Amino acid sequence: MSDLHTELKKSIIEQLNLEDMEVSEIENDEHLFGDGLGLDSIDALELIVLLEKDYGIKLSDPNQGKEIFNSINTMADFIEKNRTR
Amino acid sequence: MKGIAVTGMGIISAIGRDIEETHLSLKYGKNGISFPEILPTKHKDLPVGEIKLSNSELSELLNLPEDHSYTRAALLGIYAIKELLENSAYDQFPEDTGFISGTSIGGIDMTEKHFYDYKNNPEKRKYIQAQHPGYTTEKIAEYFGLNGMITTISTACSSSANAIMMGAQMIESGKLMRVIVGGSDCLTKFTLNGFNSLKILSTKNSRPFDNARDGLNLGEAAGYLMLEAEDCINGKTVLGRVSGYGNANDAFHQTASSENGEGAFQAISKALKKANLSTTDIDFINAHGTGTKNNDLSESVALKRIFGDKVPYFSSTKGFTGHTLGAAGAVEAIFSLLAIQKGEMFPNLNFSTEMLETGLGPVTGFQKKNINTMLSNSFGFGGNCTSLIFQRNE
Amino acid sequence: MNRELFVHNSIVIRNSKVYKNGQLIFEAETDLSISKFLKKIYKQQELKYPKFFKMDNLSKLGYLGVELLTHGDIQDKETALVFANSSSSLETDTAYAETMNEFPSPSLFVYTLPNIMLGEISIRHQLRSENVFFISEDFDPGLFVDYSKALFQQKKVVNVLCGWVDLHNNEYDVFLWQIALSGGKKFNEEELKKLYLPTHE
Repeated sequence: MSDLHTELKKSIIEQLNLEDMEVSEIENDEHLFGDGLGLDSIDALELIVLLEKDYGIKLSDPNQGKEIFNSINTMADFIEKNRTR
Repeated sequence: MKGIAVTGMGIISAIGRDIEETHLSLKYGKNGISFPEILPTKHKDLPVGEIKLSNSELSELLNLPEDHSYTRAALLGIYAIKELLENSAYDQFPEDTGFISGTSIGGIDMTEKHFYDYKNNPEKRKYIQAQHPGYTTEKIAEYFGLNGMITTISTACSSSANAIMMGAQMIESGKLMRVIVGGSDCLTKFTLNGFNSLKILSTKNSRPFDNARDGLNLGEAAGYLMLEAEDCINGKTVLGRVSGYGNANDAFHQTASSENGEGAFQAISKALKKANLSTTDIDFINAHGTGTKNNDLSESVALKRIFGDKVPYFSSTKGFTGHTLGAAGAVEAIFSLLAIQKGEMFPNLNFSTEMLETGLGPVTGFQKKNINTMLSNSFGFGGNCTSLIFQRNE
Repeated sequence: MNRELFVHNSIVIRNSKVYKNGQLIFEAETDLSISKFLKKIYKQQELKYPKFFKMDNLSKLGYLGVELLTHGDIQDKETALVFANSSSSLETDTAYAETMNEFPSPSLFVYTLPNIMLGEISIRHQLRSENVFFISEDFDPGLFVDYSKALFQQKKVVNVLCGWVDLHNNEYDVFLWQIALSGGKKFNEEELKKLYLPTHE
């Protein structure tokens, strides 16, 4: 697991108040929304903030989020390709 | 006589500074959407329904002393109620006139302006209490010397619709003979940034009910109605009647509307029941229609559930004014009463394609039509859904 | 109709303690942060509602109070909610305003209205009933008595759930109770004051 994957899991747990969840409990390919972690629409908005704040990526269209936030893997891929910091 | 009489109204919004100008804008499809010039925001690229009068210009128009402490919402509210007063049979409002005002933002604009001055600048401290929404209401009441029952309703975007509902109830129950109801909200950084963080602001003019709609435009406005008991009417012109109202909680999400539009469905059902009307009696609907993906779909689903295959003519006027939050219910109550009085349907601007899910299309051009009964919807954060029914005075 | 009304149960959450019908049912260390204190109640009550962790502290207080008061079960879905406090949602308003300088937080913004707490309770118990949230300077028993009585008189309801849920500068003061046509103590200003005050230091 890359540092970015671990870093993302840590910040997701912290930013989205996923109480009692450990980094090791989130699988890289697990769905973040729906059956997986069960995140909701406001969590998705907080993830958009996280992308901008931590990686300098601005999503112009929130619908893009659906694919990017599919799993930790998809998020990490997207960040690697687009990060400005 | 059915319903509570409306005997006066006054309005200021991005499409006009009085009833007449507002009506002409609605009639000729002239929207009030622009980029922010008066609101000090860095989001200069987000279109808003801004009233192009600064606080000092408003103060001058209202002949206020320089050291006043009115919030922008209070200034706009006074401006609108002055028109109401001028059009009423009173030189000044009788002292026992009630006042129920809706606002979502209250005086947050003053907190934004002066928060960092409070510590070192005692002169600015008068604005500390302005943060409380009740302050704005009380300043307006003070201006007009109102001493009756005064209260503020803050239920986000249904605030002033609830103020109208409450006023009608107070008159029905005999607690008040006469009450000014409505609401006022101004643009703030608080709301612009907040709605922007929810990704529900469009960077273009909003397109309510369009398949490609991508968000709302915020706006600012004040709108007020005078409601009076039968004994007070004495031959005055009755502009229309509030005959039905209903409120229900959507019980779905902090801010988003449910997929089946349950809250809206229940609010409309209750309003129809209160007015003792059936679905076929509704001639025209002023929809909440904010232009967000979520609201317009949820509201459309609710309309289909209520009206089946026979959804009446409907239109959202948010494309004209932007979403004026706590003032929206009162602004659209005034549009509804104008529609009844003039026999006109005002268009839903910027619409081109029906949404795939429901296939519903709003009224897109100005049309003459005899309208006896209007439904007006206002849905707020926290799941607070309100529907009002206005009828022609028979 | 001017029937007598009764208070069923009451909950007080104050000074790191929880009382039900006047009896202490939970106590935590006084130096805990409010978030930790609320989480402790959640754990101790073995509640299973992950949405709890997403709420702001005002909503958490309201949610927990109602769970404790009703054992997580409001059978009458027409139960009206009559709530009030003094500080509105100021705590979250401030927190959100601070994020505005850089990255405005959507999860804070959605809680910048006190009626969101009523929304959360309505969501949890699927209530689409009458609900109202008053802002008054201090706990005002007369306001609750008048408003609740009017609801019963208009035959709108047979059950009302009332709450004073205040939170400001991390100080919280929670008092909830249920009113019905029969049951425990008489519902009037005097009794309400007694239920509210005994543990109020």
